[in-house]
Amino acid sequence: MEAYLDNSATTRCYGEVKDIVVKTMLEDYGNPSAMHTKGVQAEMYLKDAASKLARILKVTEKEILFTSGGTESNNLALIGGAMANKRAGNHIITTAVEHAAVARPVEFLKEQGFDVTILPVDEQGVIKLDALEAALREDTILVSTMYVNNEVGSVMPVEKIAALVHEKSPKALYHVDAIQAFGKFRIYPKKAGIDLLSVSGHKIHGPKGVGFLYISSKAKVQPMILGGGQQNGMRSGTDNVPGIAGLGVAAEKIYTDLDKKVEHLYQLKERMAKGLEELGDVIINGMPLRQGAPQILSVSFMGIRSEVLLHTLEEKGIYISAGSACSSHKRKSSATLTAMGMPASQIECTVRISFSEENTFEEIDYCLDILKEIVPLLRRYSRR
Amino acid sequence: MTFHAFLIKYAEIALKGKNRYLFEDALVKQIRISLSKIEGEFEVKKDQGRIYVYCPEEYDFDEAVEALQRVFGIVGICPVAIFEDNGFEQMSKDVVEFMKNRHPNFSGSFKVYTRRAKKNYPIPSMEVSADLGGCILKEFPESHVDVHTPELTLSVEIRDKIYVYSETIKGAGGMPIGTSGKAMLLLSGGIDSPVAGYMIAKRGVKIDAVYFHAPPYTSERAKQKVVDLARLVAKYSGPIRLHVVNFTDIQLYIYDQCPHEELTIIMRRYMMRIAEHFAKKTGCLGLITGESIGQVASQTLHSLNATNEVCELPVYRPVIGFDKQEIVEISRKIDTFETSIQPFEDCCTIFVAKHPVTKPNLKVIRKSEENLAEKIEELMKTALETVEIIEVE
Repeated sequence: MEAYLDNSATTRCYGEVKDIVVKTMLEDYGNPSAMHTKGVQAEMYLKDAASKLARILKVTEKEILFTSGGTESNNLALIGGAMANKRAGNHIITTAVEHAAVARPVEFLKEQGFDVTILPVDEQGVIKLDALEAALREDTILVSTMYVNNEVGSVMPVEKIAALVHEKSPKALYHVDAIQAFGKFRIYPKKAGIDLLSVSGHKIHGPKGVGFLYISSKAKVQPMILGGGQQNGMRSGTDNVPGIAGLGVAAEKIYTDLDKKVEHLYQLKERMAKGLEELGDVIINGMPLRQGAPQILSVSFMGIRSEVLLHTLEEKGIYISAGSACSSHKRKSSATLTAMGMPASQIECTVRISFSEENTFEEIDYCLDILKEIVPLLRRYSRR
Repeated sequence: MTFHAFLIKYAEIALKGKNRYLFEDALVKQIRISLSKIEGEFEVKKDQGRIYVYCPEEYDFDEAVEALQRVFGIVGICPVAIFEDNGFEQMSKDVVEFMKNRHPNFSGSFKVYTRRAKKNYPIPSMEVSADLGGCILKEFPESHVDVHTPELTLSVEIRDKIYVYSETIKGAGGMPIGTSGKAMLLLSGGIDSPVAGYMIAKRGVKIDAVYFHAPPYTSERAKQKVVDLARLVAKYSGPIRLHVVNFTDIQLYIYDQCPHEELTIIMRRYMMRIAEHFAKKTGCLGLITGESIGQVASQTLHSLNATNEVCELPVYRPVIGFDKQEIVEISRKIDTFETSIQPFEDCCTIFVAKHPVTKPNLKVIRKSEENLAEKIEELMKTALETVEIIEVE
């Protein structure tokens, strides 16, 4: 049996996504910028995808900018947003638990002379609103927070954050990294007060290498990729038609019967958490199960190094993540877990189990059975 | 300017008396293997005591030189321009052209050295040198001739055609692979062992390797890293047969049965035993390790003594007297450094004690190993039988 429980790293493509990707590669393969029919045909896919996404977010199609994925969306929102608004002020706020795709661009902006405030989080990984309120200034031009934390699944109160930001810092743009939230939550940027919103395709059963940034028509962002002027000059380069078409299909499908899917995810998560607690000496991190993101479960198996657990499970066809996948190439303690005040001895024993709508209860039970078998064994052989 | 050939210079192997042709044949073979990996047609010929690489078709000069620089046994690589033999006047024009192209505005000291492989050439060598020198002086009035310590030696070889060269690019040195038997390298994912393999290979030794894999404590990526390292060493040493041994059960058994501070030493003794098993099986005449005195607890003289005693074959430790920085320099030179420093845990570090013994007492170690009597033979047998062999090129 195989159980893929690393869906926050990436997901399997929907079959329908594959079909449209193949179609745009083999049949409707024109360059959307070309003047002939083949080009027009290809352009239809872009329009169609934009309209699907616009409908889901209740925004206009013009406010959707396709990118190469979450990292580019975040880079553009932060660097492009800061550059376009630097005359209004010099202050940027973010949190201590952001993904590197936000944290690094913010570091870059700091090097460029921007004044940066990094907000602490509580032990559940949630932003402290009073700290935000204290940090907001008149010259704040950009505030960036996640919607859902990728490592522990904590959910940020984005509407409250937005309200505070706009009240205290009228010139500031509010950017939300919604890469782990899109497809799990209903997000309406206009109602919520979000100016910029990053989304990635491959976390929602779409293709890798594609994503989008919602840019409110009121927000100014300076383009970073210059060239032929595609997407109204906001991002040059021949449009990734297969990726964009696939992204549109994936988004439409994941938002169909969303409530049912989310309920299924929570049930998977609860079943897993219950089984894990029976193992003993296991700590479930983050918010209470139903308050956190439905697809992410952060667990510390005390006394077992996360890498060892990961490789042991892998031998049984079970795939999970040690920390977040993107950061496991570097040997660095997780910034998120550290910011939550977790001791190093617990951090090195912490894994992330993440679900998708395709997971079954049988897979959860299989994983729990294997864990019952191997956890005592692994605990016996630990570094003394 | 296009070079139509390379003259391959080899010093050490010229000294080997009657065995000379064996070494030359090995060198020719290794040159052919190395050049076969790059684009282009090359012809490697032994000709009157010299080895020439002819490049009749288009090729990438830098790529060819790099490939030749990886062949052990080559001391120098001279790019040669070849001209038709159309009489002395034409020859002098060609030689002056060559000088203009390769050494524009030359103003130092030089000499012309002529060799006649074609002995029936009408003009004696000395005279050719002198006349060509005159032509060059006329064209480069700032230069002068110095036959004893010239800054530039322009060599002219008269064969069926005229060969002209003036530069020597440094080769890797050493001896051609295949002239000194074969040895088994204990390859970890670290910086030292690939360097050790490279250094022994440089002396003409063919290399096989063994790697100890400890899933789930070491990852698939750690293993891939070792395969990558073997591939980088193989660029110099030629194909490597990599033995991947699953060491987990042996390691855990030692962990269970022996004092923890002796774990590393006892583990290494078993690694040596396993490596020797495969060495003997495949006709290797020695083991190679990347050990360097005092670098870690298991590399003190006491520890080396303890691990060494389990082997019959000699253990070669080419970096034994090197400082870390010196090893790092070689690893950068052979391009293994970046791969070596990827942060994957290897099986030597996973259960390492906080204070491992640095002066193990042999009697104590042997005594501790007696605790393993019950199951170790069976575990060894399984480890040997389940070896995975990867042919790395």
